[in-house]
Amino acid sequence: MMTLNNVIMITGKAVTLALFAPLVSGIIRKIKDTLRMRKGQSIFQPYYNIRKLFSKNEVISGNVSWIFYAAPVIIFVSTACALFMILMAQPGPDMKNGLAVLIAAFFVLGLGRFFLALAGLDAGSSFGGMGSSREMFISSFAEPAAFIAAFVLFMGGGNCFKISGLLAGIAIFMVTIAETSRIPIDNQETHLELTMVHEAMVLEYSGRSLALIELAAHIKQIVFFTLISWYFFSVLTLGCWSWLLFSAEIVFIGLIVALIEISVAKMRLFRVVDFLSFSFFIALVASIAAGLGL
Amino acid sequence: MINFLPKQLFLLDPLAIFFLAVIGLVCIPSAIFSIGYMREEPLKKKVLAWALLMVFVLSMCSVVTAGNLFSFLIFWELMSLASYFLVVFDYKHEKSINAGTIYLIMTHAGTACLMAAFFILYNYAHSFDYMAVRHAVVLLSPQMRNIVFLLLLVGFSTKAGVVPLHIWLPYAHPQAPSHVSSIMSGVMIKIAIYGMIRFFVTLLGPGPAWWGAAILVLGMISCLVGVIYALMDHDLKKLLAYHSVENIGIILLGVGAAMFFASLSIVPVAALSMCAGLYHLVNHALFKGLLFLCSGSVFKATGLRNIEKMGGLIKAMPMTAFFFLIGAMGISALPPLNGFVSEWLTFQAFFLGILQSPGAIKIFMVVSAAVLALTSGLAAACFVKAFGITFLAMPRSKRAQEAREADSSMKAGMALMAAGVVLFGLGAGFAAPLIFNISQSVLGIQATQISFHLVSIIPPAIAAFLLVLGGVIFLWFKFGLRTRQVQYNTWDCGYYALDSRNEYTATAFSKPFRIAFGFFLLPYRKSEKIRDSFYHIRKFTYETHTTLVFKRYFYEPLARMIYGAAFKMRKLQPGSIHLYILYIFITLVTLLALATVF
Repeated sequence: MMTLNNVIMITGKAVTLALFAPLVSGIIRKIKDTLRMRKGQSIFQPYYNIRKLFSKNEVISGNVSWIFYAAPVIIFVSTACALFMILMAQPGPDMKNGLAVLIAAFFVLGLGRFFLALAGLDAGSSFGGMGSSREMFISSFAEPAAFIAAFVLFMGGGNCFKISGLLAGIAIFMVTIAETSRIPIDNQETHLELTMVHEAMVLEYSGRSLALIELAAHIKQIVFFTLISWYFFSVLTLGCWSWLLFSAEIVFIGLIVALIEISVAKMRLFRVVDFLSFSFFIALVASIAAGLGL
Repeated sequence: MINFLPKQLFLLDPLAIFFLAVIGLVCIPSAIFSIGYMREEPLKKKVLAWALLMVFVLSMCSVVTAGNLFSFLIFWELMSLASYFLVVFDYKHEKSINAGTIYLIMTHAGTACLMAAFFILYNYAHSFDYMAVRHAVVLLSPQMRNIVFLLLLVGFSTKAGVVPLHIWLPYAHPQAPSHVSSIMSGVMIKIAIYGMIRFFVTLLGPGPAWWGAAILVLGMISCLVGVIYALMDHDLKKLLAYHSVENIGIILLGVGAAMFFASLSIVPVAALSMCAGLYHLVNHALFKGLLFLCSGSVFKATGLRNIEKMGGLIKAMPMTAFFFLIGAMGISALPPLNGFVSEWLTFQAFFLGILQSPGAIKIFMVVSAAVLALTSGLAAACFVKAFGITFLAMPRSKRAQEAREADSSMKAGMALMAAGVVLFGLGAGFAAPLIFNISQSVLGIQATQISFHLVSIIPPAIAAFLLVLGGVIFLWFKFGLRTRQVQYNTWDCGYYALDSRNEYTATAFSKPFRIAFGFFLLPYRKSEKIRDSFYHIRKFTYETHTTLVFKRYFYEPLARMIYGAAFKMRKLQPGSIHLYILYIFITLVTLLALATVF
């Protein structure tokens, strides 16, 4: 099934995507700053941040256990693994196996999330616990929509010219907003205890551990963006892997994310349930449409 | 002519052997664990515990190998009674007696349904033998078959803890000694699943499609209700008992889908669903057994079951914490451990069902998959809570501070189970085809088009990827980077007096869920202020509770009704001998009259 050639190609793609992942965050940041009439940081700022963090000493709480040390590595490695798997799962003729790999990729992302949430609790800080609780809350409600959207993709809905593909794409886009901690679910730019989710969990981290976690967050973002691109642009990318088109797609998705981030306010935490159940129902309608062949 | 002596006493088919293996997988480590767990008990109690345990295990083995209805029922009852005595083993606690009573009532209500169904079957087959029953099933009218199905469904669901008959589980499982909880939760409730498969699939089946659909729907309800209650509960063993309700639901998703597709004769999906259900059954036996043993180890070390009073145990009990983490990762379906494999197989079965079935069934499968996805997300949240609050951060009480690691036999028991959790994950390539063969023989079908190529590759591949890349990063951190690690306090906003009271609690952790599922949990608060004066509050207590809907709106009214009826019936018994003679006379006349009529 998997030839060596295949493996090398996927490894190449995965490494390239991972290398460009921070750039996507930089570009989104730049778009937001430009639209807000700010000069803003360079689009390479995420790289500078990561380099800076790797060269700094770490401050670690005296309360922590080995979970706190192991978590960044597990988070990074599992996210990288998910990137690999999602590239393997690209829609093709073998629908059942493709879906199986994609679902497994979701579970692998769950592994990283589990340890991130445990690490949040490990230092004994209320912030960390708050973040862990909210993260698990949001992600468990995002899961049904993500799984059904994945089903639709392999039921023949990977195409924006079909109703099912369009709807499932919208559903997976909403899940992406939740999973990549973007406004209106979470806000990456703030450290206000009332609102933060992801940032609260990693509050105790510094230095190289934080660098790994941030890198993992960038990679997770590109994993989800790639997934979205299958729903909307698969007609263009299937068959030949055209890097230019793919990059344009990713930047376009980033543009939409940036536009949403600057134009809506963050939701109350408990409204997130409404947001995600809406995405679930869109995905459900998409699956009905896919069942009807629409 | 009553034919009480059946020809076939025992039946060892693949299904029975499969369940014997599951019993062995859980009971042996639990027995090893109990050596250390029961060490301080007096000799007399130890002997009693071992004797009861042996009767319990043997009766379970006999239920699954029984070859006829009569011995099935006898051993079933023996199993219930042995486990009842194990639940009330700690008989000095009022809670144990109470839990035991609830268990005894529920299990006998279930057994009564089973007996009724068995007598109906006997009426047609004129024999208790499975073979005779199998042949006699064609004589049953569809209505009668449905009645038998419903009676058996209620009977087995009571034992399995399917919602809304789950009420006894959160009382009985926590109250038993931990190694017994491990066996009850890991194996005994699975015996009811055995009963369902034996009767619905091999004896009565394949039934109409709505049987499978009904079981599928029951499975969905059990999944969600179980996991939501588990999130709300902060008693470690009770939480695990609610997770058993959830996991029985997941197993029923597989079994129900198998029955559903078997009756639509969509063969490959039926076989794959049954395989997923049975695989999850083994997995749940392993990780739930392991988790109960770990909770027993924690209980022995601290005397606590309330996780709000624990914390920081990972430092005092590193091995127990590690094994609990393995179990928690298994039950949260995290790759590459075993729970992941079976939930993943269930999703694949649902997807195959979507691809191969017409119209509305597709939507049914999509909804089932969505329920499973939500359940697995919530289960992960619940185990972040259970592990995080119990083992991480600072100890929240003096007892948690003074905890000591479990002794060697307890560690050995936990290690064996943990090894099982890992092996059934990584070795899916060996286990899945084996279980698939059993499913095929149970359903009596051949589905050659299912391949387990991917299932055998993915879990070890994920493990290898994680280990290699993780190892590289670890080595780079250790030898490549020149940065140092400095130890300091947890960030406390400049407060400089952070202690365990500032930690996030389990109640706080589950608050978002309590609000999101408020429509079902009906949370309420109690607060009380004791004032010295208008300006100064000396004491303030605040409690938050959730309403147990099924207990409040079904079981409590039912119990009141039964009590009410009993009080009214008491008037029949005034103590006068003359009246009693009158009763006997009336009964006699009625019976004679009936005898002449029929």
